[in-house]
Amino acid sequence: MASADIKAGDRIVHKVFPPITRHTLALYCGASGDHNPIHVDIDFAKAAGFPDVFAHGMLVMAYLGQALTDAVPPSKLRSFATRFVAITQLGAKLTCEGTVTEIFAENGERRARLALTTRDDRGEVKLEGSAIVAL
Amino acid sequence: MVDQSAVGRSFTPVTARVEPGRLRYFLNTLGEQNPVYRNADAARAAGFTGMPVPPTYLFCLEMLDVEDPFDMFNALGIDLGSVLHGEQSFLYHAPVLVGDTLTFRPRVASVTEKKGGAMTLIGIRCEVTNQDGVHVADTARTIVVRNKVAS
Repeated sequence: MASADIKAGDRIVHKVFPPITRHTLALYCGASGDHNPIHVDIDFAKAAGFPDVFAHGMLVMAYLGQALTDAVPPSKLRSFATRFVAITQLGAKLTCEGTVTEIFAENGERRARLALTTRDDRGEVKLEGSAIVAL
Repeated sequence: MVDQSAVGRSFTPVTARVEPGRLRYFLNTLGEQNPVYRNADAARAAGFTGMPVPPTYLFCLEMLDVEDPFDMFNALGIDLGSVLHGEQSFLYHAPVLVGDTLTFRPRVASVTEKKGGAMTLIGIRCEVTNQDGVHVADTARTIVVRNKVAS
């Protein structure tokens, strides 16, 4: 990212991830410390009223974070926030994107605000968020 | 049901060490190949004095090292099957590096009823400091509880 050239409207984050499998959810359960059985135990998920297990919101946010720091060095990241809009189902192939909405000065540095989204392969929005990065 | 009396309630602080092996497992799970997280030279070239953690890993560290990960839900009388994650945010103040020992201090910041009591939103804020007392980050999460409403 050539930070001097960044302007509002630029899409600087774009990454597509492989489909989410049960195996991913099992690994993420251990890797993240989020052991809520609703993400790995189909019996528990059904008893709670869901048709199947579903992805951890934070797994989806971790993919978005990966897409973000592919584009922006982690040392430049000042904040990162998301709203979990819809449950991410098994098999979802996620696309993470980020567009510059504003350039501003804060705490003595030039910063950009990014609007972030994660969509599945049907185009349904799963996560909506924002990040502030130093330029 | 969780009500306003929960606001201000804090929970046992969590101390978590940023261990390289656990972090590698996280990176592998996500297919994270960015050398800044995997290679000390790349991390130095990116301006870090050690290996940094990915942007959401703070959330994991708190859960990995808490004595009982669902202590807060149990203390508030929330059924795990009724919980969804509504929002999550991180404010980064200073780098978090492999080898750091972090302290998380979570507290309930807000309780909001939605849809005539069908849902309760619980806002939890957490200050994160490192072994030198440096305030490295603030995290905030909104937990959505689907209440069982008599019909």
